[in-house]
Amino acid sequence: MNWLRIKELVRKEFIQLFRDKRNRVTLFVAPFIQMLVFGYVVNYDIRNINVALVDHSYTYESRKLVDTFEGSNIFHITHYATNDDQMEELLLRGKVDMGIKIGPDFAGTIRKGQTASIQIIADGSMSNMASMRMAYTASVIEKFNLDTIRELYPQQMSYGKIDARIRTWYNPNLDSQYFFVPGIVAFLIMLISLLLTSIAIIREKEAGTMEQLIVTPLKASELIIGKTIPYIIISLAQLSAIIVVAIYWFEIPLKGSIILLFFAACLFLLSTLGVGLFISTISATQQQAMMTTFFFIMPFFMLSGFVFPIANMPTFVQWLTYLNPLRYFLVIIRGIFLKGVALEVLWPQFLALAILGGLVFSGAILRFKKRLD
Amino acid sequence: MTLSNSNSIFVENLEKKFGDFTAVNKITFSVKKGEIFGFLGANGSGKSTTIRMLCGIITPTSGTGSVAGHDIVTEPEEIKHSIGYMSQKFSLYEDLTPYENLRFYLGVYSVPPSEWEERIDWVLNITRLREEKNRLTKELPPGRPQRLPLGCSLLHKPDVLFLDEPTSGVDPITRQHFWNFIQQLAREGITVFVTTHYMDEARFCQRIVMINEGSIVASGSPAEIIAAACPGKPQADLNDAFITLMTRTDN
Repeated sequence: MNWLRIKELVRKEFIQLFRDKRNRVTLFVAPFIQMLVFGYVVNYDIRNINVALVDHSYTYESRKLVDTFEGSNIFHITHYATNDDQMEELLLRGKVDMGIKIGPDFAGTIRKGQTASIQIIADGSMSNMASMRMAYTASVIEKFNLDTIRELYPQQMSYGKIDARIRTWYNPNLDSQYFFVPGIVAFLIMLISLLLTSIAIIREKEAGTMEQLIVTPLKASELIIGKTIPYIIISLAQLSAIIVVAIYWFEIPLKGSIILLFFAACLFLLSTLGVGLFISTISATQQQAMMTTFFFIMPFFMLSGFVFPIANMPTFVQWLTYLNPLRYFLVIIRGIFLKGVALEVLWPQFLALAILGGLVFSGAILRFKKRLD
Repeated sequence: MTLSNSNSIFVENLEKKFGDFTAVNKITFSVKKGEIFGFLGANGSGKSTTIRMLCGIITPTSGTGSVAGHDIVTEPEEIKHSIGYMSQKFSLYEDLTPYENLRFYLGVYSVPPSEWEERIDWVLNITRLREEKNRLTKELPPGRPQRLPLGCSLLHKPDVLFLDEPTSGVDPITRQHFWNFIQQLAREGITVFVTTHYMDEARFCQRIVMINEGSIVASGSPAEIIAAACPGKPQADLNDAFITLMTRTDN
């Protein structure tokens, strides 16, 4: 191991990286923009539900039901329709997310002490959104029933009541950005480190400079170290930048240790740089390397628990997720960000990342050395 | 190892097989220190495989050899320190300046940094690139970038210089410059091992080995080779000899 060689290789790599204007943009502007855009995009929260109302009852009771919906601050009656066709038209065009239809006998039925029905029609084309809207609807109607009973029989309530004081720890407002923003940080780091490493080596092959390097005393291990150090530095710099965005722009609290987070990132980079090296040994051109990178990125993304919970996956696929470094890093980054936990809780993930990273990286080095001969 | 004192390159029964295919078939030759040695053969004749074995990039299947006093099988790393290599394809970084390219290779050859300025100075002189040392290599005027690889291959003062078709695609004037310089290097004691397709250039070689389908078909000075390949044709040149030797099937 000759440090002068490695130093000059790292130096050369940085000069080449920053000389290209496009690279400078890709390296520093793109992650910022992606972080900002993705941070807003990945949002499961349902705050504004637009509702079309068909009120054939038009009574005090129906008005009160509508007020209860409006009062929730989640539902907004944006359209008043006069018949079913109009309502359907609004749903079809996506002007509203939900329709409420109150029949003419609504008030009469209630006054008789019977159960009146109203019709709720939800746009089910996005099933998870629809089911959340239905859940909100049910809670609004429950509130209506309770208020009505209380209004009619204020003194005769002989029962006490249960008050469930629900607190969601680690994310009190159930803000989905809390969940997703740390995930985006992890994903962006993976994408950048994977792609840059493979391209850095392929570029030498394409330009024919690799042939010249092979006849020099530069050893394969020195070449690998010299080629990965710049991308470790760049990935960590980008990690810092996007963490700043996550904390100060999206106001995600960082409860745990930032040093531990960087340590985890280094272990994580071992795997991603290893995969990058591996891709460079199976690709001949930069286009091939990019295609192969996306071939790797998709399963890493889908099988990580970033969007879809691992517990919901078929058992066989769940086993596959154990091979995915992103899976462990996501648990770590969410744990450190939101729960403020450290090694006493996260050690299995750290251990898994270290083992996986060690295996992938040394495997890639062996393959890379063989390829040079 | 008495031979290696006067012989800069020495191989005996050198063989390389890729599976069933014999790329180089037990060849034996030697090159004296300070000699310009031509290694000629058609494409696919085993030329490149031989050079790769001599440079310590691939290991021979059998046979022995030494380059600049180092065994090609057991000391490939030492060989890499003692040789310079220039490939037929331009293989330096076009997005670096000549200066940056030189500095990078000085580092890769672990030349002590205290000697860098002097070496860079010397190379910029011989390549006549001093004016352009801080311009991007890809933006240099046509013909200039090609001077740089030779300079790079000499940075670490190698004992042996391997030139793999160094003048393909180079204009006649630059080629003349190039050969003058190569002859000067040889006089200074550097061994030059060169492959070429241009038979008029092979004249500059003191000795030539011709290889066809992995076997040596002729060796000697240009005049000896012509006389042996084309007997009774006093006006024959190296070109005629080359074609005769490469197309002869009963070899």
